[in-house]
Amino acid sequence: MTCVATQLSNRTLVKGSRSTRSTIALKLTMAISGLVFLGYLILHMYGNLKVFAGHDAFNEYAHHLREFGAPMLPYEGLLWIVRVVLLVALVAHVWSALVLTGRARKARTAKYTVKKNIASSLSSRTMRWGGLAIFIFVVWHLLHFTIGKVNPDGGPTNDPYNLLVDSFDVWWMTVIYLLAMLALGMHLHHGTWSAAQTLGLTNTAKSRATAKRVGWVVAIVIAGGFALVPLSVLFGIVTK
Amino acid sequence: MNLTLKIWRQKDASSAGAIETYQVQDISPDMSFLEMLDTLNEQLNEAGQDPVAFDSDCREGICGTCALMINGQAHGPEVTTTCQLHMRSFSDGDTITIEPWRADPFPVLKDLVVDRSAFDRIIQSGGFISANTGSAPEANSVPAPRDKAMRAFNAATCIGCGACVAACPNGSASLFLGAKITHLGELPQGQPERDSRVVAMVGQHDHEGFGGCTNIGECTAACPKEIPMDVISQLNKDLRTAMKHGL
Repeated sequence: MTCVATQLSNRTLVKGSRSTRSTIALKLTMAISGLVFLGYLILHMYGNLKVFAGHDAFNEYAHHLREFGAPMLPYEGLLWIVRVVLLVALVAHVWSALVLTGRARKARTAKYTVKKNIASSLSSRTMRWGGLAIFIFVVWHLLHFTIGKVNPDGGPTNDPYNLLVDSFDVWWMTVIYLLAMLALGMHLHHGTWSAAQTLGLTNTAKSRATAKRVGWVVAIVIAGGFALVPLSVLFGIVTK
Repeated sequence: MNLTLKIWRQKDASSAGAIETYQVQDISPDMSFLEMLDTLNEQLNEAGQDPVAFDSDCREGICGTCALMINGQAHGPEVTTTCQLHMRSFSDGDTITIEPWRADPFPVLKDLVVDRSAFDRIIQSGGFISANTGSAPEANSVPAPRDKAMRAFNAATCIGCGACVAACPNGSASLFLGAKITHLGELPQGQPERDSRVVAMVGQHDHEGFGGCTNIGECTAACPKEIPMDVISQLNKDLRTAMKHGL
């Protein structure tokens, strides 16, 4: 232990600590809400890949999503359940991130003049800005495909398949989506491993290596799977 | 070797500090980093200037007292403590920037000396086992499985130097915490206080103003004892278990 001959500190021993009030509880909130997003991304990607089954299959899938569970659920019932869950996860994820970022800033107010990064990956160091980028993208994405249904070609917007193909025929639209998938891939690369670590699932060197590999696989499969659709439209593999 | 040193100078805890530049000549590559600083201080003493204050004690890599940020790396470019770092790790003509550990829970007392008693308070809050006083109990009366004993021992090599905090962009002491939690939590003697220990120590860690962990791994790369990241996972798991038990 350090035995620094020190001035009497004015800091004291804290009493009555609670596990639920700790930084680790905030980290657990981030991990669990992140895994909710991960689960949703897999379902969303599955739906997107239906585009390769053709116009009718894709539109039928989109339509069936709205009638899922009928007549037990009302029209769009499942979608609204998913939306509420995602919104709760978003609030939890962003709120914990903000509190933790604030704590980290306060933990080092005097900066180093020289500081080297030895072990950390680029994706781990860009989690906060990357998260913000993904948030801005999601707002844009919802305006584009869900709320606004903007067709940059000026065509009809009530046909999901044609709306998709029209959108990604525009090169800058594809660029926006590809950049967003890069940010998402980086966020997932570190986030998946970090969630495993926060949940206490990586207590051995082997499980730690596995979690890091899973991070890579999740990032490549999800970001790659999503990127496949706009790329296929751009290269004319998917057409109207 | 001739070197240019850029060193953080700060009169006391309440004064503002600044980087100052010094030259040292004829440094032997076989000198330790601290001996090189001793040479500088002899030079400063002769010139009637205030010598550079820095911490050191055992100078054999086991006490964790020496703590310098050297060219942006805690304990410098090698995986060891500053006292065991030798000048052969540098080249003639190098410029070396030397700063104190930077974390608000580790306030600078003077020059390169920081107050690390926050770590002492974290230990005080729960980093112990309760045992009856008197004659020492028979060591082998409580069996410990070999793999757990080895993991506990490896975690116990943490010397509390604070390099993990210094290297962490969040100023988190999670590696230190994790090492202590794993060290005591893997052994039978650590079980009765396992839940209360992790809650109290994490509570004290947060109270001291250390940041949260983002699992980026700068801590373990800077650790002179190469404590692995899995102790942080263990820490998280133990806290989650305590949470489940309602603490």
